[in-house]
Amino acid sequence: MTALTGTFELARSIVRRDRIRILVWIGSIVVLAAFTAAGTKGLFPSQAALDQTAAATQHNAAAIAFNGPAQGLNTVGGQVAFQFGAGGMVLVALMSLFMVGRLTRGEEEAGRLELVRSLPVGSHAPAAAATLTVAAMSIAVGLLTIAVLLTQGLPAVGSIVFGVSFILIGLFFAGVALLVAQVTENTRVVYGTVGGVLGAAFVLRAVGDIGDGTASWFSPIGWAQKARPFAGERWWPFLLMLAATAVLVAAAMAVAARRDLGAGLVAARLGKPTAARSLGHPFGLAIRLQRGVLFGWAVGVLVAGIAYGWIGPTVDTFIGQNKALAEILAGAGGASLTDSYFAASFRLMALVATGFAIQSALRLRSEETSMRAESVLATPISRTRWAASHLTVAFAGSVILLGVAGLATGLTYGFAGGDFRSVPRLLGAALVYAPPMWLMVGLTIAFVGLVPRWVGVSWAILAVCVVVGFLGAVLHLPSWLQNLSPFERVPQLPAASLTLLPLFVISTLAAALTLAGLGGLRRRDIGWT
Amino acid sequence: MPPAISISGLVKTFGSTRALDGLDLLVESGEVHGFLGPNGSGKTTTIRVLLGLLRADAGKVVLLGGDPWRDAVELHRRLAYVPGEVSLWPNFTGGEVIDMLGRLRGDLDPRRRDALLERFQLDPTKKTRSYSKGNRQKVGLVAALASDAELLLLDEPTSGLDPLMEAVFQDCIREVKTEGRTVLLSSHILAEVEALCDRLSIIRLGRVVERGTLNELRHLTRTSITAETERPAEGLADLAGVHGLDIDGTHVRFEIDTDHLDVAVRRLGELGVRSLVSHPPTLEELFLRHYGDELAKEPERIDGERIARPSPR
Repeated sequence: MTALTGTFELARSIVRRDRIRILVWIGSIVVLAAFTAAGTKGLFPSQAALDQTAAATQHNAAAIAFNGPAQGLNTVGGQVAFQFGAGGMVLVALMSLFMVGRLTRGEEEAGRLELVRSLPVGSHAPAAAATLTVAAMSIAVGLLTIAVLLTQGLPAVGSIVFGVSFILIGLFFAGVALLVAQVTENTRVVYGTVGGVLGAAFVLRAVGDIGDGTASWFSPIGWAQKARPFAGERWWPFLLMLAATAVLVAAAMAVAARRDLGAGLVAARLGKPTAARSLGHPFGLAIRLQRGVLFGWAVGVLVAGIAYGWIGPTVDTFIGQNKALAEILAGAGGASLTDSYFAASFRLMALVATGFAIQSALRLRSEETSMRAESVLATPISRTRWAASHLTVAFAGSVILLGVAGLATGLTYGFAGGDFRSVPRLLGAALVYAPPMWLMVGLTIAFVGLVPRWVGVSWAILAVCVVVGFLGAVLHLPSWLQNLSPFERVPQLPAASLTLLPLFVISTLAAALTLAGLGGLRRRDIGWT
Repeated sequence: MPPAISISGLVKTFGSTRALDGLDLLVESGEVHGFLGPNGSGKTTTIRVLLGLLRADAGKVVLLGGDPWRDAVELHRRLAYVPGEVSLWPNFTGGEVIDMLGRLRGDLDPRRRDALLERFQLDPTKKTRSYSKGNRQKVGLVAALASDAELLLLDEPTSGLDPLMEAVFQDCIREVKTEGRTVLLSSHILAEVEALCDRLSIIRLGRVVERGTLNELRHLTRTSITAETERPAEGLADLAGVHGLDIDGTHVRFEIDTDHLDVAVRRLGELGVRSLVSHPPTLEELFLRHYGDELAKEPERIDGERIARPSPR
């Protein structure tokens, strides 16, 4: 028996168990790629239109910060790579992260790996099976994306380079997740750490693409974009990605060989023999359970805010050279390009931070299904009080994250530009996203209380909001659909003026959904799956 | 004194599965009541109804004079619960969990907790992630026993404990009993129930099929007799209540309905007894009598023990 005995059987059982999840990941990424390609083609009926946009985008630091370097923008292929390249790679990376995390450390933490390892299965086989599955998923996404682009009539070499970059990003982040899963004991920490690496990769390439390009060389997403799909393709950056992936996988294997099952690399320390005073009420428990997660998200939002604030002054200088262009880009509202840039930045950070809001509200459900809620609810703590304590963390945590984003952006912008007067304005522009985040919390608790089987739908709704927010125009989504996203309904500060009505309506909806969810939770069975 | 628990006609269904099918249960104040049944028979579902975690579909449930669903918070001040599988927060130490549950209940007694930690030999500074199943169970037991709740609901509380700790647990329950508190002890460890319980109820397929004291239940069943007699053992076959007679010359083995024991022993005496072994029915035999037939035709039962959920089909 070798260390890999049983890998294929395990991989087959993973595919059978997770087939829906696998198909949804692959399908949604490929469908988005297809719609983006079709939409982009429709957006530019003539070469003149392409040339005009290419010239404008060249100077649009905001667009470059969110999408990638301006290369080959006077071709449809180049536009597709610009619109969907960075976003698509983030999606593929998230796919790898969540699949590897749940198949390795998740299985181990749940105690199921122990059962598997008691079978005639090699010591590396479970991790190898997870890697194999995720690699196959990445390859499927890449190949299908290539096929989709080819059917849209895009050039073959560019399409292939674009698809291969998806595959290699998937493999790279599978490697990162695999390594982190070996080092820490907790699946949540795996998600948080790899999510942080992904965020750093995205921000580094933004800083590099706006600046002289150096920082992009420290980002795997940057490497993939250096392969220049549809813009004079080159293959050698892919070698860099393959080598990095190989190093990550080898490191993960080395750590795995050194540690005990169930343990991390860092041995668990002894803790306090008695509980702190704050654990005497359910709110103290909720804070204790969620503070680590909130802190992780806050660090992520802080880094993003610093990066976007740092880029802020560049947006002015980019455009300062071309007055006519500034007017075109600023659009009808008469807002400055910098303000539009910040509005887009805060919307992105708010959408990302909503991940925390949903995760935090779902803590109620995970406490319930893990049977830990039972121990608390068997004490004289009512269900409403128990749920409210976790929801308070979700609601207040949303505001805290937005505050961190606003302050980090504002202070860094002030520091980089030597002018701190924008700080309160930018803080306000961030906080305006609190109501839509609360609405997502309300939606989640409504699912938890009324139809707990469907709690996953919250994530799907957030995904739709993200797609609407970033690809709405390219995909020609109907305006009623775009208007369904609460993140599109709030005033886009600082580019627009503050209107209170939408904030009031969204907050009221959030409150109504929360009350409905709490009511449902009080009436239903606890532990029912 | 009113009964601590009084359930009649309790029905609980999950989808198309009837987990509890007209269950009756009476637990008097101050008694240790054994709640016996195999996996999936409905013990945990019953306890979860008593905790107000599940809502009864039909039937009447009175717990400490209140309605477990409506008055959950008030009733929970007066009871302590140990689940069959204690799920803990992996980043907490055992001591933190015990303190927290005690404070949430509102009656943490640090001296009592320390004494119990000592008796159960539990290290409160270890993260619960690193605890074995037995140690996790000890956390639940210490948290419950450190309270002065008047009712203890214990759902297979000793699963995973070693025999030494099982003995400590039994001592603790006896102390609880001398303090006049009530215990509902769900179990399938027959020796434990025999050692601790005043009365017991046997549950099967969601209904209680036998109840009473151990002695009362023994009357319902048979005593085993093994004897060696001076003269060949004849004339036993026509006695009322004799079952499974096995005669080999002067060696005889049979089972006798406990009501007819007297007559059978007199007949043996007439044959001249050289040796006689008689043992009363164990709980095991009681149990097997109710469940033995199930081994042959085990119906599709839900896994209603830990997480009540509908069966996949």
